[in-house]
Amino acid sequence: MRLINRKPGRPLALFLMLVPFVAVIVAYMVGSDMRLSVNPADKLLPAPSTIADTAARLFTEGDRRTGRVLLWYDTAVSLRRLGIGVGIAALSGLVFGLLIGLLPHVRAGLAGFVAVLSMVPPLAILPILFIVFGLGETSKIVLIVIGITPFLIRDLSQRVIDIPREQIVKAETLGASSLVIALRVALPQIMPRLIQAVRLSLGPAWLFLIAAEAIASDLGLGYRIFLVRRYLAMDVILTYVLWITLLAFLIDLVLRWLSRRLYPWAGAGL
Amino acid sequence: MLKSVILTAGVAAATALSALPAIAQEKTEFRVAWSIYVGWMPWGYLEDSGIMDKWAEKYGIDVEIVQINDYIESINQYTAGAFDGVSATNMDTLSIPAGGGVDTTALIVGDYSNGNDAVILKGEGGLADLAGKPVHLVELSVSHYLLARGLDSVGLSEADLDGVINTSDADMIAAYATDDVQAVVTWNPLVSSILEEPGANKVYDSADIPGEIIDIMWVNTEVLAANPDFGKALTGAWYEVMGLMAAGDEAALTAMAEASGTDLAGYKAQLESTEMFYDPADAVAFTSSDALKETMVNVAAFLFDKGILGEGAPSPDFVGVAYPDGSITGDPANVKLRYDTTYMQMAADGAL
Repeated sequence: MRLINRKPGRPLALFLMLVPFVAVIVAYMVGSDMRLSVNPADKLLPAPSTIADTAARLFTEGDRRTGRVLLWYDTAVSLRRLGIGVGIAALSGLVFGLLIGLLPHVRAGLAGFVAVLSMVPPLAILPILFIVFGLGETSKIVLIVIGITPFLIRDLSQRVIDIPREQIVKAETLGASSLVIALRVALPQIMPRLIQAVRLSLGPAWLFLIAAEAIASDLGLGYRIFLVRRYLAMDVILTYVLWITLLAFLIDLVLRWLSRRLYPWAGAGL
Repeated sequence: MLKSVILTAGVAAATALSALPAIAQEKTEFRVAWSIYVGWMPWGYLEDSGIMDKWAEKYGIDVEIVQINDYIESINQYTAGAFDGVSATNMDTLSIPAGGGVDTTALIVGDYSNGNDAVILKGEGGLADLAGKPVHLVELSVSHYLLARGLDSVGLSEADLDGVINTSDADMIAAYATDDVQAVVTWNPLVSSILEEPGANKVYDSADIPGEIIDIMWVNTEVLAANPDFGKALTGAWYEVMGLMAAGDEAALTAMAEASGTDLAGYKAQLESTEMFYDPADAVAFTSSDALKETMVNVAAFLFDKGILGEGAPSPDFVGVAYPDGSITGDPANVKLRYDTTYMQMAADGAL
């Protein structure tokens, strides 16, 4: 039997899925143990028990000065920035994707511009963003929007162009206007694509969020990580990293569930 | 199968973590990290000019001086064990390596900031006018310490401000140009750039607290104890360059100026707000003074107040600091930071 046709059974598949996780955890524990045996106060790789204690403290105990549980405040602030940023990006991606995909005049005018725009590294033009949008919430949200919108527009406009020409022609023969074709033919077909594209751009969105928070902020997940880095509090950093990973995973899970629930016809590829 | 996976992972971990904390043993190869700052530019010149190699050869060892672009990262790397020495301030060394259990010794006390760190207000006013305003700075850095000392001197505290906003030093100048920013605390060369802007008003600087922000070459205590030649080579090379700088050697100063991204005039201006210890005897006298003890107690109190000494720290006295006269501030059972004038004294005596 060829290798490409051999499939693992359910128990083996589960086992294989767990192996890399176990390997990483074991590697961490071995490394942490080695360093701690040399220097019990080592901060670089704290013992898993230390991380658990720190996590318990961060999730439940308030700050000494203000009494607020900072982790929840950080999370709320960061998720709000991420939500608004990704929301604006998704909406403009959808609108411009439809326009560029359907209207040849708009395509002629904007497709090239968007393609070039998507190559601009957003982090390199940060000082300009600061001057234009200030140092507050706006510049952080704008960084996320600028970072992922060009990708969304390019992806969605291509999806619209990929819609079989026959469907458009058929709708035309039934008397549909451009607006009706956009709303009834193209829009439903690219909605699941939009969700998929948003899922793919969540990684970069987190990256831009954390970068923005690292530069000028007084609250947020990225802010906290860069702040405690100043005294190498890896137990705090690792707790935040695990928490961000979990949040990102859950957001991804929800989007996938939403996509399957709303657009079951779009297939298993989502 | 699981066993072999664990074994492989273990081996991988062991290889990945070859940068284990330095263990005391005799060796001949040493690595020292430094980052760009007016008082540390000689380290780059030492390496490039071959003076370091000359001194290392004299003692039969090999010293590599590595420039790290990110100051905090260089300290973190040292703390993790990737380097035998690092250039850092007294405050950051107390919080990161010493607070992290890495026993660290001050080998060369190079200079203290005498105006290089400053509180800058946009527009007219004084330090007391900061009340109710947001202040942009690199949180938990010496800037933060300077602000705390300044506010203390006019009877204010951080609670009287409209918060401090952590702002990356790399973006400080761009940040200052925005309307949101009313006050910043930062260091040179950023201070001189910002003061060129119209309306920038310096209300407090490190010349008001002379000798409290100290720039030092730190080395791992155990490595130094096992390898005195390492300390001798570094100290010897350093004071050779100090001699050149004190004599106003244009070639050396120009090389340092260019490496720090400015010109000779700009570098000299920065040196003016830096109290360099060109003469090792001055460094020895400064390190032996009682004022240093008071400074370290102040710094420890600041770090504890901000929670920087870590959760395991029950009080500001958590980390012990030893001084040349044998006295100790903080916990005598947990001495992790040592001021030692042995090698600087050797340089002063011409015994290197």
